[in-house]
Amino acid sequence: MDLITVVDRVKQKFPESVLGVSTFREETTLEIRSEDLLPLCRFLHDDPEMAFDFLIDLCGVDNLPREPRFQVVYHLCSTKTRLRLRLKGSLPGKNPKIASVFPVWKAADWLEREAFDMYGVTFPGHPDLRRILLTPDWQGYPLRKDYPLRG
Amino acid sequence: MGDNNTMILNMGPQHPSTHGVLRVILELDGEVVVKATPDIGFLHRGLEKLAESKTYHQCIPLTDRLDYVAGMSNNLAYVLAVEKLLGLEVPPRAQAIRVLLSELQRISSHLLWLGTHAHDIGAMTPLFYALRERDEILFMFEMICGSRLTPSYFRVGGLAQDLPEGLEEKGREFTRTFNAHADEYETLLTKNKIWLKRTQGVGTISAEEAVNWGLTGPNLRASNMPWDLRKAMPYSGYENYEFIVPTGKNGDVYDRYMVRMMEMRQSNEIVRQVLDKMPGGPVIAQDPKVIYPPKDRVQENIESLIHHFHLASAGFPAPAGEVYASIESPKGELGFYLVSDGTNKPWRFRVRPPSFINLSALAVMVQGRLISDVVAVIGSIDIVLAEIDR
Repeated sequence: MDLITVVDRVKQKFPESVLGVSTFREETTLEIRSEDLLPLCRFLHDDPEMAFDFLIDLCGVDNLPREPRFQVVYHLCSTKTRLRLRLKGSLPGKNPKIASVFPVWKAADWLEREAFDMYGVTFPGHPDLRRILLTPDWQGYPLRKDYPLRG
Repeated sequence: MGDNNTMILNMGPQHPSTHGVLRVILELDGEVVVKATPDIGFLHRGLEKLAESKTYHQCIPLTDRLDYVAGMSNNLAYVLAVEKLLGLEVPPRAQAIRVLLSELQRISSHLLWLGTHAHDIGAMTPLFYALRERDEILFMFEMICGSRLTPSYFRVGGLAQDLPEGLEEKGREFTRTFNAHADEYETLLTKNKIWLKRTQGVGTISAEEAVNWGLTGPNLRASNMPWDLRKAMPYSGYENYEFIVPTGKNGDVYDRYMVRMMEMRQSNEIVRQVLDKMPGGPVIAQDPKVIYPPKDRVQENIESLIHHFHLASAGFPAPAGEVYASIESPKGELGFYLVSDGTNKPWRFRVRPPSFINLSALAVMVQGRLISDVVAVIGSIDIVLAEIDR
């Protein structure tokens, strides 16, 4: 099993969900339609040949002033095939939201809370989505590009 | 009082066994933990935001301040990410020295963990022994870069300078004596009845659950999962050294202890091999667009001075793109995800902090256990709050 086969199988299974595939410095990124994130992740996790058992990292990116403004980036890893894969979903600047992958990987619990805390991206389906590093009454989302570096 | 006659107890953020400023809200039924809710962020400094306003060189000192008991490892993960972004080759001697220092750092990090963890559970002596050897390592770091905890010694493309004279000799002396010292720690704990009672069967997590929660490092390997990035996806020349990846069986506090004890001996073995095989040659790549000119030239030559000034103030532009590079740090998988827009500063600087994700599984590890076990479990996860809160 190599990454090309993985990408091909994902494309085969979800022909409309994969918007683009890119490779930079031997790392493969799948741009996916953000509405289809959860079934695609379920497939990557559950399929015995894919076996992406690790959600290594999940974070937001703000691309202001470009639109769609936000991206949520997922770094997956498989202990079985020793492959890494990056998924990216794009979200609009207004009311950004994407399904929680907590039902697939519990590691998403705090990672999604952090992305919410820093970017204001909401994750429907998350069991306990609230701020994690900042205080509950904090105003604004610090890692957004329009948030000042100094107060 | 909580629901159903349970009691809410606030543990931390000023509690000696939380290893920093961790607060855990415990819902207790008598002495039994019904629910544990960690509350973090007391040490949040906005490090990822800050890094977006700095050049790639200027970010190196920031990484020291993540897991501040393993500065060298943080440096390594970050420079690997930048080198990947630039497509820069690092000379073999620099790679070997990086491995040498990362392994010494692993030993020193595990020693501090061992001492404080044993102290939490009530054993005083291991702390004194462990800090004795840790100090030897920190002394070596001081010889190398003048700093014990915040080295900033690795550079994009290699190292700031070569090893000082006498360092290799000191390293050899350390490897000769370390195994005997490790025996001393083990004499105090490994078969100690009180230690066994406090740690065996406590805070158990299965391999499947550990992977699903994203646990990495010794916490994962204690659950009988032989996953170590140094073996699975080697970096910086780890494939040239022979070592074993120790694993546990039950995934409890005791196994996490045993895995780290065995790991220290393996790291010592790697250090010995690196010293034996140490290649010669330069310690930094030759790429004037990225690499600072040598200091002696800067002091004598006006062109080098201008070159140095330009690199220090403006940095270097990196090609547009995104990379993720990670290492097996003492705590687990430490990764850096950098997004570059083609300028001299990272557009997005993301740290994948192992302690943060390891700690998120605390709630499942302590549920249904006694309150005194919470102390043992927090210690066994080996967290550093500076890395968690960033």
